[in-house]
Amino acid sequence: MSFLQIENLNMSIYGIPILKDVSLSAVKGQIIGVIGESGSGKSMTAYSVMNLLPTGAKVSGKIALDGQDLLAKSEAQMCAIRGSDIGMIFQEPMTALNPVKTIGAQVAETVLIHGNAERSEATAIARDTLNRVGLPADQFPLTRYPHELSGGQRQRVVIAMAIALRPKLLIADEPTTALDVTTQAQILDLLKTLVAEDGMCLMLITHDLGVVAEVADHIVIMKGGEVVESGETHALFRNMQHPYTKALFAASSHVPDKGAERASKTPLLEVRNAIRDYILPRKSVFGKPQKFRAVSDVSFTLHDGENLGLVGESGCGKSTLTRAILGLEALQGGEIRIHGVPVEAGTHMPRDLRRKMQVVFQDPYGSFNPRHKVARLVAEPLHLLESEPKGSERAKAVVDALISVGMQASDVDKYIHEFSGGQRQRIAIARALILRPDLIILDEAVSALDVSIRAQILDLLADLSSRLNLSYLFISHDLSVVRSVTDRVMVMKAGKIVEYGETEDVFTNPQHDYTKTLIAAAPSLQDALEKENI
Amino acid sequence: MDFVKSALRNRSFMIGAILAAIFVGAALFSFLWTPFDVTKLDIPNKLQDPSAEHWFGTDHFGRDIFSMIMVGARTSIAVAVVAVGIGIILGVPLGLAAAARKDSLLDEIIMRTNDLVFAFPALLIAIMITAVFGPSAINAIIAIGIFNIPVFARLTRGAALSLWTRDFVLSARVAGKNATRISIEHILPNILNLLIVQGSIQFSLGILAEAGLSYVGLGAQPPIPSWGRMLAESQTMISFAPHLAIFPGMAIVLTVLGLNLMGDGLRDLLDPRLRRSRT
Amino acid sequence: MLRYSLKRLLSLGLSLLAASAVIFLAIEVVPGDPASYMLGINAQPDTVAALRAELGLNVSAMERYITWVTGMLTGDFGVSYTYRTPVVDMIGDRILISLPLAIYALTLSTLIAFPAGILAASKRGSAADVSIMGATQLGVAIPNFWFAMLLVVFFAINLRWFSAGGFPGWDKGFFVSMKALTLPAISLALPQASILARVMRSALIDTMNEDFIRTARAKGLTKRQALWRHALRNAMIPVLTIIGLQFSFLLAGAIIIENVFFLPGLGRLVFQSIPQRDLIVVESVVMLLVFAVVVVTFIVDIAYAAVDPRLRGRS
Repeated sequence: MSFLQIENLNMSIYGIPILKDVSLSAVKGQIIGVIGESGSGKSMTAYSVMNLLPTGAKVSGKIALDGQDLLAKSEAQMCAIRGSDIGMIFQEPMTALNPVKTIGAQVAETVLIHGNAERSEATAIARDTLNRVGLPADQFPLTRYPHELSGGQRQRVVIAMAIALRPKLLIADEPTTALDVTTQAQILDLLKTLVAEDGMCLMLITHDLGVVAEVADHIVIMKGGEVVESGETHALFRNMQHPYTKALFAASSHVPDKGAERASKTPLLEVRNAIRDYILPRKSVFGKPQKFRAVSDVSFTLHDGENLGLVGESGCGKSTLTRAILGLEALQGGEIRIHGVPVEAGTHMPRDLRRKMQVVFQDPYGSFNPRHKVARLVAEPLHLLESEPKGSERAKAVVDALISVGMQASDVDKYIHEFSGGQRQRIAIARALILRPDLIILDEAVSALDVSIRAQILDLLADLSSRLNLSYLFISHDLSVVRSVTDRVMVMKAGKIVEYGETEDVFTNPQHDYTKTLIAAAPSLQDALEKENI
Repeated sequence: MDFVKSALRNRSFMIGAILAAIFVGAALFSFLWTPFDVTKLDIPNKLQDPSAEHWFGTDHFGRDIFSMIMVGARTSIAVAVVAVGIGIILGVPLGLAAAARKDSLLDEIIMRTNDLVFAFPALLIAIMITAVFGPSAINAIIAIGIFNIPVFARLTRGAALSLWTRDFVLSARVAGKNATRISIEHILPNILNLLIVQGSIQFSLGILAEAGLSYVGLGAQPPIPSWGRMLAESQTMISFAPHLAIFPGMAIVLTVLGLNLMGDGLRDLLDPRLRRSRT
Repeated sequence: MLRYSLKRLLSLGLSLLAASAVIFLAIEVVPGDPASYMLGINAQPDTVAALRAELGLNVSAMERYITWVTGMLTGDFGVSYTYRTPVVDMIGDRILISLPLAIYALTLSTLIAFPAGILAASKRGSAADVSIMGATQLGVAIPNFWFAMLLVVFFAINLRWFSAGGFPGWDKGFFVSMKALTLPAISLALPQASILARVMRSALIDTMNEDFIRTARAKGLTKRQALWRHALRNAMIPVLTIIGLQFSFLLAGAIIIENVFFLPGLGRLVFQSIPQRDLIVVESVVMLLVFAVVVVTFIVDIAYAAVDPRLRGRS
């Protein structure tokens, strides 16, 4: 008898259908993975179970939890169920906690609100629960505020709030998407342990096939508000039926055709003993300003035609290093050279040097001025030419760049909000290409994209690289992507390069402990499936 | 065209715009024609109640209140418009410069000066200026204008700072553009909506402030009619001639209400978040 | 917390110093020779010379500024030119009207705005919300001195519940005096309450859209509980900013309103002094009001830290 039973769930918001005939079921003590790309309706399914839908939502069908029909419950009855029978954790731990209340008060509130205990007992339960999620009393007293904790620690607090009353169902909506890989692995372990200990049912919503393949017993694949396929995890992957499942699987493990190794012996980008310090705000008016070393003694060389990866977790200094290479921030020590010419930060950087490198950023929504048309957006780097092309010459340059990334000439008159995320990333690449630079810095350039779109962009990048003899500095937190597109890779931790070598060597035979931890922590679809076969 | 269509559908914007248009129209029209000459005294007809001849009645000198309100609208609107202009012309560039050089000495100086000016309500500035130079409408403009500078400087800096961290500004820097050019090409167009909305708010606050200053004698001086002074003069006669106070007061309320409604409507019309959800 | 308070206190001191310099420059340096300005164009040269000596104008502006500032620190604001009495005596009685009036109005404004704003936000779109928003839209547009005149006509002239103006003096009893301040305080408070209620409402609505409210709802809190336990305190941050700003508007407004009700406060004093060209009185009153505004800013800064632990730093 399944514990959670969703049958023919339909949901629309202001008449727009969001979910169509969604049916799924889950068993106690099991993890059910709900997977899909953005807009697939996976989160909305979860919010339907919680009955926490946006205004204007209309639901029909059946959601039964342990035999009770949740859709028939009044709001007051649902309030009694939420937090007590069903717990929920969210994607963004940085904003999920009330910044003005202590973590102890917030965890104890779950107990108090359901009237299960007196204040002193609730506090004791809060303490126990925080211990259970790995926040021991000596380091994490109940009086801590959320801003004093890291993202992973905050996510543990959110988990503690959700499990304080030992609910029968725990819903986790992309619980690790905002976290680093090593933290992700710890949080997933914690969730697995809790499921085993409490015998609850975990509904794990994610876009990451690797994550579900590793932890889920059962998988539901959603697309466009519908369930396309579901089944026991390994059976499903062994015998994929639906074309979308196959496409998703292929995209997740996609390796673009890198072409022949083109790296020459000519150094394009040389970084020597780079040091970048930040001055922290003074702790007191008269105190000495403190320094934070974001980049510490970094040296490497990128040759013409080479694709170099830079891997590291958030805060490791990779973005700071990028800004220094781009000449946006000055170094406090060491030097950076492009084709032998030193990069001087600030506006003094000569135009011919700036012309040699361009950049593509992560966020396809924030990379463009929303008030300009595509023609003007793509043409912006032409500013770096001694004589900016005008009129038809300028228009031709823009159209050529757009066509080379698979966009249309007619797109020049559109505003950026008329394009999807993947199209915007193509336009960003067109903007980077228009000057025919030698080096393009890809700063998490595919991280915000859905897997199928990501695969297309990676193919485009590989194709451009071999066609135009471009070099990439590919910065990412995603090990599998870096592995699939780069020739050589650097691993960065706390401002230092801890490992550097041929990509395949580093991945198959990592030397540094941190690299080993990273590789072990990264969820991998193939590894998860292979493990099963043994 | 889309904008016009949604503007016509936005009720608060339309009501506000019509009210504001009536008073701006009355002010402009008063240059061509008013029912009576507001400079001519007509003592025999003093303190008349509203009638077919004098729609809003007459004051203690027999002047026509309706005509005085039309001419008074000029003063109110002129003072408020110029004061907002001063705030924008000086405040916006200061805010842009402070944001472009965040945490620099320049930023520090601009922001500390702003804080200092904020400690002086417009009335105190007007009191100081008047104590030294004597009362006039110009003083009211300067006092309200000075108060508007930090309002716009803060708003601009705050909005600009969040734009400076956006990737499209980084891209422009990678394209070699300097801070001035980025401020003009990328920052300013993206804060324009904010400035328009704030401008309409400061415009209505300016009208209220001008009325207050004229009421206590720090603004426009006789014989220039002004709403605030009409109210001050009506005060001793309010028990037997309440129309002297009611009509100028209503003029202020309706103008300010109109501008506020227009501002609220504009905020909805120009808010990119709302617009995105419509497309 | 202590370090934060000390930092704010230091910035309070610096603001006052800078403000005093601006006031001194505007009133004593810009007009050139204050003595001949105060006496007017028909003054005899020896009268001017006598006043110059009396005002201490024979020394440099820098020295006069230092004398003025140190004098104020010891309670010496100088001597009024018109009345020949120490300014501090003239201000003393009058500030006991203006300041209580502003505080009375701020209290009323807060007491009206909080329930109205919370009600409107918690029942968003309801009839209550629509009427509160309509009333505040009107309240924001009404000039307080005109509203005061209407109150006088209605409550003093027609209903005779209050006297039309004047102040009995605090020695005549607390309640009699508060009654005399009631109509002025209401006329000051209602327009400010309208602004504050609107800010409260929109701050609450914004906060109710935050992620942590969704977390609270997932714990089983009702919408109402989430609003009271989680949203309200977070929404206080913008509300405090507005309360701080309103105090300076209320002080300035009090000065204007005193004219409607014939209250012998700082406003009456300063508007008498301007035509009499009594610069010393004007200077002192302006400094005093700026002092009050800066102190309130300081109190608001401390209140921020009480509300928001992120400002307190690690304790």
